[in-house]
Amino acid sequence: MEVCPFEGITMEGGQVEFTDACRLCRVCIKACPTGAIWLEQSDAGPILERDKYKDVLIFAEQRQGRIQPVTYELIGKGLELARCLGQEVIVFLAGRDLKAQAHELLLYGVSRVYLYEHKALEHFRIEPYTSLIVDLVNDTLPNILLMGATPVGRSLAPRVAARLRTGLTADCTSLSVKENGDLVQTRPAFGGDVMAQIITPRHRPQMATVRHKVMASAPRLAEPKGEVKECAVDESKLKSGIAVLKFEPYQITTSISDAEIVVAGGRGVGRPEGLKLLEQLAVEVGGALGVTRPLVEQGWADYTMQIGMSGRTIRPRLYIGCGISGAIQHVAGMRGAEAIFAINSDPNAPIFDIAHYGLVGDMYEIVPHLIAMIREGDDPNGVFQLS
Amino acid sequence: MHFVVCIKQVPEGTEVEIDEEKGILKREGVESKLNVYDTYALEAAVALKEEFGGSVTVISMGPPQAEAVIRESYMLGADEGYLLSDRVFAGADTLATSYTLASAIRQLSDADIIFCGMQTTDGDTAQVGPGIAELLGLPHASYVKRLCTLEADAIILETDMGDGIESLKIELPCLLTVTNEINQPRLPSFRLKQGTKNRPVTIWDHQALVGAKQGYFGLDGSPTQVERIFPPPKSQEQVIWQGTPFELSQRMCAKLRELKYI
Ligand SMILES: Cc1cc2nc3c(=O)[nH]c(=O)nc-3n(C[C@H](O)[C@H](O)[C@H](O)COP(=O)(O)OP(=O)(O)OC[C@H]3O[C@@H](n4cnc5c(N)ncnc54)[C@H](O)[C@@H]3O)c2cc1C
Ligand SMILES: Cc1cc2nc3c(=O)[nH]c(=O)nc-3n(C[C@H](O)[C@H](O)[C@H](O)COP(=O)(O)OP(=O)(O)OC[C@H]3O[C@@H](n4cnc5c(N)ncnc54)[C@H](O)[C@@H]3O)c2cc1C
Repeated sequence: MEVCPFEGITMEGGQVEFTDACRLCRVCIKACPTGAIWLEQSDAGPILERDKYKDVLIFAEQRQGRIQPVTYELIGKGLELARCLGQEVIVFLAGRDLKAQAHELLLYGVSRVYLYEHKALEHFRIEPYTSLIVDLVNDTLPNILLMGATPVGRSLAPRVAARLRTGLTADCTSLSVKENGDLVQTRPAFGGDVMAQIITPRHRPQMATVRHKVMASAPRLAEPKGEVKECAVDESKLKSGIAVLKFEPYQITTSISDAEIVVAGGRGVGRPEGLKLLEQLAVEVGGALGVTRPLVEQGWADYTMQIGMSGRTIRPRLYIGCGISGAIQHVAGMRGAEAIFAINSDPNAPIFDIAHYGLVGDMYEIVPHLIAMIREGDDPNGVFQLS
Repeated sequence: MHFVVCIKQVPEGTEVEIDEEKGILKREGVESKLNVYDTYALEAAVALKEEFGGSVTVISMGPPQAEAVIRESYMLGADEGYLLSDRVFAGADTLATSYTLASAIRQLSDADIIFCGMQTTDGDTAQVGPGIAELLGLPHASYVKRLCTLEADAIILETDMGDGIESLKIELPCLLTVTNEINQPRLPSFRLKQGTKNRPVTIWDHQALVGAKQGYFGLDGSPTQVERIFPPPKSQEQVIWQGTPFELSQRMCAKLRELKYI
């Protein structure tokens, strides 16, 4: 009874009862020492003919004609999975005037880009995009279909999955394949406190979404491989109940609560120019700038930038704290960060107790080097430039 | 107009503990509550009702005790509530959940706008809303952060696309999933709590959903299977580096690269 994660088992009059809370997660079956619990499952649907399905299909997301970087990361993972199975990576790309972008994708090792060009596809609209992908899936019968866990991908993938009646696993942090082609998907739930391993054993394609910056980008090759296949767009598939009236890009994402990377400065920055230096670092790593309370009290930073008990709570993937002692009221607001780097000149500063990587030194000497090195090492091919 | 809101009961707080030896969730003493994003969905519907007239129906799929979130929604301005509860619905993944909810909404037959939260705080997939829209053949918009104009046969709104704000005009009927920026949900009203004490909650089991395929419900209708639940990997190593500023920067830069932050 205690083994049930959902309190789905009760004992009444010496009789074990499964309640409505039971989610059929099977944990009790595995835990039962005598094998007294089993699950009768009706045979839903025909046996899957695994051999009929092959290749990894990637949804290439473009916004305003720019291929989104998560696409190259999906290709990187897709190539790895395809290699394990002796299969290929193919790509779906839709929009307007995208030939250059389609050819650019060939430089990342994919075998074929299916290109759908039409002025009605310029902006993402859910119904046409769903129909075109579903048609491509039905034509190519991929084993796996990957999309970015972006606002577009998180809206599109569930519709495609529902129309195809297949499984979709959200926000996967790890993907691997078994020999029989089954995809093993790992994802966090409950706000990251729980990891779940999920499979889709009886349906194809096996669909998954992956967030940006979780997988490594595919390397750009010197020579393109594969081909671009220009596909005719069936006008009847373009019908939509949605009109895009306007798009207003955000200027800069400064909100520390949403940022995946946060660079934070404390009293150790000493003077307002110190914050400018940290802001530069934030720009280099693509993050937002946060501060401790004393800097807000000094009037050097806005209250919306304050991290801690009386400020914002943040849970970024990466936190870099400079000149911060690590007072409990500050730590309360950032201890959920996935990786914590701290730069402090005092080796006994409490921040080093919680930092994963501590650098003992003067931030004014370290940070400028750091900025230079990050800049230098930037792979010019990492991001696709519009030609 | 008829506004339908999908609401889910979730465990209170996100602090779930895992029994590492057994690889399961510890749920002792964990209270349940209404998924926070669904309170924004409900508020959006109730506010439209108050401005333009009509009624608000809430639907939840869950065990019998999920009736609590429907009662709560009555105190927040919902007029009618349906609880989809049946052993056959258990073990549903997002596809089977979408199917069950879509079947119930189809049965209500006259929904103009269906509201969902942008995601839940437990399963956290954001997949159920778009799934319902697909199964009903309706247009949908995810991450709606502002409702601008409601017309007789369309609604104009703004969605958060991550890189900017998109203004859309969507034909009715449609489905919207809303963010926590869309409004400020009201607090439960004591007057409504008293006034709705005896209001019934309609319970529907699978037989109540006419024309639905039983094989599409619950575990049987779920293509995904959770194989294993385990705690996230323990936070990595903890190291302190000393050296010249140049060496320190080099180490940090290499580490950032190794961890794929840059
Ligand atoms: C009720 C209450 C609520 C609070 N809420 C918050 C809150 O929400 N957020 C918050 O941040 N604080 C909060 N505080 C304040 C908190 O207690 C600390 O005072 C504050 O966090 C300290 O900020 P700091 O680390 O920037 O400064 P300090 O503690 O002064 O630390 C500065 C650090 O910088 C280092 N340093 C100096 N020069 C350099 C250099 N050149 N290079 C590298 N390192 C250097 C020093 O070694 C030192 O460790 C709150 C306090 C109270 C009482
Ligand atoms: C650890 C774990 C991981 C999981 N991972 C996946 C996965 O990757 N893929 C998958 O298909 N399933 C997954 N599931 C199953 C999934 O959580 C359930 O299908 C659940 O019923 C709905 O998904 P959600 O909580 O993610 O809802 P979301 O899609 O995040 O919910 C969005 C909105 O849909 C509405 N809604 C959702 N559920 C209900 C409901 N029961 N009643 C009324 N309205 C509702 C609400 O308006 C809600 O705000 C997972 C379950 C667990 C425990």
